Amino acid sequence: MKNKLTLLTLLFAAFAVFSIAEANDELTVEQIVEKANHAAYYLGDDGKSTVEMTITDKQGRERNRRFNILRMNAGGGDGDQKYFVYFQAPSDVRKMVYLVHKNAELDQDDDRWMYLPSLDLVKRIAASDKRTSFVGSDYLYEDVSGRSLEADKHELTKTTEDGYVVKNTPKKPDMVEFSYYNTIIDKKTFLPVKMEFYDKSGELYRTIEALKVEMIKSKKDDKEVEYPTSTESLVKDLKSGSTTRMKFSNVEYNIGLKESIFTERYLRRPPREAMR
Amino acid sequence: MNFKKLIILAGFVLSAAVFAADNTDPFELPEFFGKPQVHGFIEGRGGYRTQNDLYEKDISVMDTRLQLDIFTYNDWGDFKYKGDFWGDGVTEQGKYQTRELWFFTRPLDFLDVKLGRQVLTWGTGDLLFLNDLFPKDWQSFMIGRDTEYLKAPSDAAKFSFFSDIANLDLVYTPKFDSDNYITGDYISYWNGGLGRTAGRDAIVRADERESWFTDDEIAARLYRNINNYELALYGYWGYWKSPGGQTPAGRAYFPRLDVYGASVRGQLGEGIANAEIAYYRSADDTGGNDPLVNNSEMRYLLGYSQEIARDFNAGVQYYIEQLLEYDDYRRYLPPAAAATKRDEFRQVVTLRLTKLLMNQNLTLSMFTFYSPTDEDAYLRPNIHYKFTDNLAAEIGANVFFGNSQHTFFGQFEDNTSIYTAIRYSF
Repeated sequence: MKNKLTLLTLLFAAFAVFSIAEANDELTVEQIVEKANHAAYYLGDDGKSTVEMTITDKQGRERNRRFNILRMNAGGGDGDQKYFVYFQAPSDVRKMVYLVHKNAELDQDDDRWMYLPSLDLVKRIAASDKRTSFVGSDYLYEDVSGRSLEADKHELTKTTEDGYVVKNTPKKPDMVEFSYYNTIIDKKTFLPVKMEFYDKSGELYRTIEALKVEMIKSKKDDKEVEYPTSTESLVKDLKSGSTTRMKFSNVEYNIGLKESIFTERYLRRPPREAMR
Repeated sequence: MNFKKLIILAGFVLSAAVFAADNTDPFELPEFFGKPQVHGFIEGRGGYRTQNDLYEKDISVMDTRLQLDIFTYNDWGDFKYKGDFWGDGVTEQGKYQTRELWFFTRPLDFLDVKLGRQVLTWGTGDLLFLNDLFPKDWQSFMIGRDTEYLKAPSDAAKFSFFSDIANLDLVYTPKFDSDNYITGDYISYWNGGLGRTAGRDAIVRADERESWFTDDEIAARLYRNINNYELALYGYWGYWKSPGGQTPAGRAYFPRLDVYGASVRGQLGEGIANAEIAYYRSADDTGGNDPLVNNSEMRYLLGYSQEIARDFNAGVQYYIEQLLEYDDYRRYLPPAAAATKRDEFRQVVTLRLTKLLMNQNLTLSMFTFYSPTDEDAYLRPNIHYKFTDNLAAEIGANVFFGNSQHTFFGQFEDNTSIYTAIRYSF
């Protein structure tokens, strides 16, 4: 009897431990989207990469863009960020610089500047709509710099062996062209691997897919770290038949960018990090 | 004023000396340059007047142009050359201009230096310049060349100092660079002396200021950002950029001019607001009693731009030019010029509309200057389309309206023209 009791206690204990472990494994939807947001936009303290963009229209005509992006997280947590975009191609926009101070707060617009080298002109850009095309591609500004988590209501609609499916419904539907979008998030890396946008009549009209994920080695506080990074992605506009492919190369994290890079001084004369 | 220039110049020499001392061997030649990047474009551009002008050709612009742009850099500096070769169908001449030829370096953490021919811009106005006294090419602007050519290059040394409190730009131009002002070669204009519009029959020739280090200019800007509100103070010590004076013998020349100003720009509501002010001190006629020299002025600007719909931007500006010593101006005005006298407050309103279409490959834009006091206007509609990443075409016009022949835009009424261009970039 005593033995049986011990066994029972042990079984209970094991069950308890197991269920706690199980509970720990189950993230809330808020935790999932926060982790995904972090994985997609905030890895490292800063980073740089070269982006090759190919825009293909329905007739198969191609446009190409090449630019370097420098990015740094400003302030604490996954909040404000600064972006420095230096264009290398096509030749009519070559050496143009686009500077963004991203304000994470929902009701505050980003600060944006554009530098036009042939006029030596620093332009302040009035752009309140974040869902406009990024440099004529099928990517929107919000795809490139991230959509505020506060802007949508999130529901975990499905959990598979590999990932989570989160349905995001805008809190202000009049401000956007979609009625909702699904994000499929990889369980291991928390990278969003696919996004599907549905229009107001409930029809799928736009997708963004991560085609390739690479582990980028870096150092953080003198320790080796690896950042899973989506290095190739594809947007499809199912209505216009246009697609845009983005390939990232020379990806580096924690390179110690100075905050002063994201100011007028470097707009006018970009740093070596942006030119190379 | 020359003393002031001397002090600033001494400052440059001193900072150069500090830089030189910092380097163990300042005369060491670079071992290699980076691989030069070569780019540019070929362009054809043609424009016609939509009406007869007695004093100009029917062709308003007819350029075949090649621009070459060569850039390289190494660890300590950037090197740039940009030059334009073009056949000018209006003057029937082959022409060449070095647009840029400069060396840039960051010798110290807090110092940037750019030496040579360069394009310089500052201030907050959109096609209205208060504190930007760098040379403009008004002829190119008004006949319909690319906006790039509105800025004429300066032969200058630019020193930029950076600190946590504020940043300072100092630009020294050892030999005065005037605007490429309206001479009559391409654009007819109001000629007060003749009392009528004139053009190729009365080309304006001004006495150039060509003495190195005497006919020099200094421009300064002190600026800082507070919560992304850009604040700036400006100073300029030089000359009126277009001939602002006449000798008793009737020769046009560039009188001395000092400008002091300030600006602010930042987010306001959903858009960007800017304000700028400038005091133009006509140093050769501060009292306003020399009728042959421009009087001093105050210039004021308020602007606001906003995205009013997706890929559709609008910007408005309100600008005032106040003639100081107005009573003296009126008193000394020759009786013959009384009918064409200036208002004390010249006001200009501008409106810019820009709409992007077809994946941003098609740009429709319209820039309008309108002066309620002069009762004249200048419209710049433009349609620009990118066929491919390399090939683009545009159609545009320069449209002038005016009730009088002598007002700022009204005098150009016969220069109303349309133009088209095709450009291949490489």
